[in-house]
Amino acid sequence: MNETTNTASRQTGEREPIVRMDKVNKHFGKLHVMQDIDLEVAPGEVVVIIGASGSGKSTLIRCVNGLEEFQGGRIVVDGNELLPNGKSGKSLQTIRTEVGMVFQQFNLFPHLSVLDNVTLAPMKVRNWPRDKALETARKLLARVGIEDQADKYPGQLSGGQQQRVALARALAMGPRLMLFDEPTSALDPEMIGEVLDAMRELANEGMTMMIVTHEMGFAREVADRVIFVHGGRIVEQGPPEEVFDHPRHERTQSFLSRVLKH
Amino acid sequence: MDVTFQFDWQAAIDSIPYLLEGIPWTLLISFGGLAIGFVIGIVFGLLRISPITFLRWPAIAYIEVFRGTPVLVQVLFIFYGLPQILGGPINALTAGIAAIALNSGAYISEIVRGGVQSIEKGQREAGLSLGLSRTQAFRYIIWPQAFRRMIPALGNQGIVSIKDTSLFSVIGVGELVRQGQIYIATTFTALEVYFMVAMMYLVITLSLSFALRQIERRGLAGQ
Repeated sequence: MNETTNTASRQTGEREPIVRMDKVNKHFGKLHVMQDIDLEVAPGEVVVIIGASGSGKSTLIRCVNGLEEFQGGRIVVDGNELLPNGKSGKSLQTIRTEVGMVFQQFNLFPHLSVLDNVTLAPMKVRNWPRDKALETARKLLARVGIEDQADKYPGQLSGGQQQRVALARALAMGPRLMLFDEPTSALDPEMIGEVLDAMRELANEGMTMMIVTHEMGFAREVADRVIFVHGGRIVEQGPPEEVFDHPRHERTQSFLSRVLKH
Repeated sequence: MDVTFQFDWQAAIDSIPYLLEGIPWTLLISFGGLAIGFVIGIVFGLLRISPITFLRWPAIAYIEVFRGTPVLVQVLFIFYGLPQILGGPINALTAGIAAIALNSGAYISEIVRGGVQSIEKGQREAGLSLGLSRTQAFRYIIWPQAFRRMIPALGNQGIVSIKDTSLFSVIGVGELVRQGQIYIATTFTALEVYFMVAMMYLVITLSLSFALRQIERRGLAGQ
């Protein structure tokens, strides 16, 4: 499984990257949370970003769809350019329609049914007729294994089910890139598997993904490339076998020794 | 003290038709004022949390002024004071509705602000990340949730404003208290009549409480 995704990304490696970050810098007051981040993500590639909490890994992927502003450098997502200090203008919304995101806290809309959660954006942003949006939503809910919960409200579902709805909701827009911000960190242990399974399936279908996670086993299995972030910098990156088994940087070694012990 | 004083039920009952004439005025001032106050509250509540300073500032000023001064002073100012500026009289009903609108509007602004700010920021982010515009995220995601959370506080404000209209007897609107006063002037049955006036306010406010409880229950049914 790992082999196939790896070759897929290598074959597409020649093409224009979906994400290109050039010398991206971000400050939170005095804190320099992203320092000269250079990063390219190829179509079909699965990039897993690891690092201690506060290392800047969530901030990094939140910059890709403009949920965080940055102060220097530039980010190009699928040909649309994001500019520093929130001056991106119209390209920001274009990027957001093409980039899906799954959050740690699910962030489902509690006042809408599962089905309405999934159909809202296609109907309001893409102006799809209700029938078409419903059909797509049902298909996606079936794909993540929760079609029978379609008429329930988010509060009536388990955490794992909610996160799968969130995944279906993001996929309903037909994104070219999916961002995952610690998608399993808020879940009870017995529900982590079902969410990772759905993500694994998506990766196997060739979706381009940027994933921030603490699930090292999953990262090793699904990632084409693992990026270790520390102190707002990309300290080390490479194929998972390399980064996990032969980390070169001392920071990576000490982080992995702490994380992999448990 | 006249220990033998008896509550005269007949006098109380006799006053009812007279008092009922005041109820339409009480309701008109209350609900007319509250309806306008609700619109004011949405506009100023949102201006109050605007990221743009020069929009936020006037909203804060309005809220502080009308929340920080008594509604009685506000209605006296409008009814007796404003005509001196405008050069013509303002009718008492208009003054009453305006006072309730401006006064409740200030409180409702704060209710709206609180409601909107209580929605987790992840809700907005989820909406934006799906490609919704800020306006769409507000309209379809934030506002419906915020409004539900606002219902109890809005109901409270409604009840306060209904009772505030009783002060407007001073400008001569023929609302409930005013009707009671006129009746008492000829019958001297203050105890019975004010008791009935109180009961009528209670019927109005309890009906509102009941209606709001139904709305709240229905609104939350899905969650």
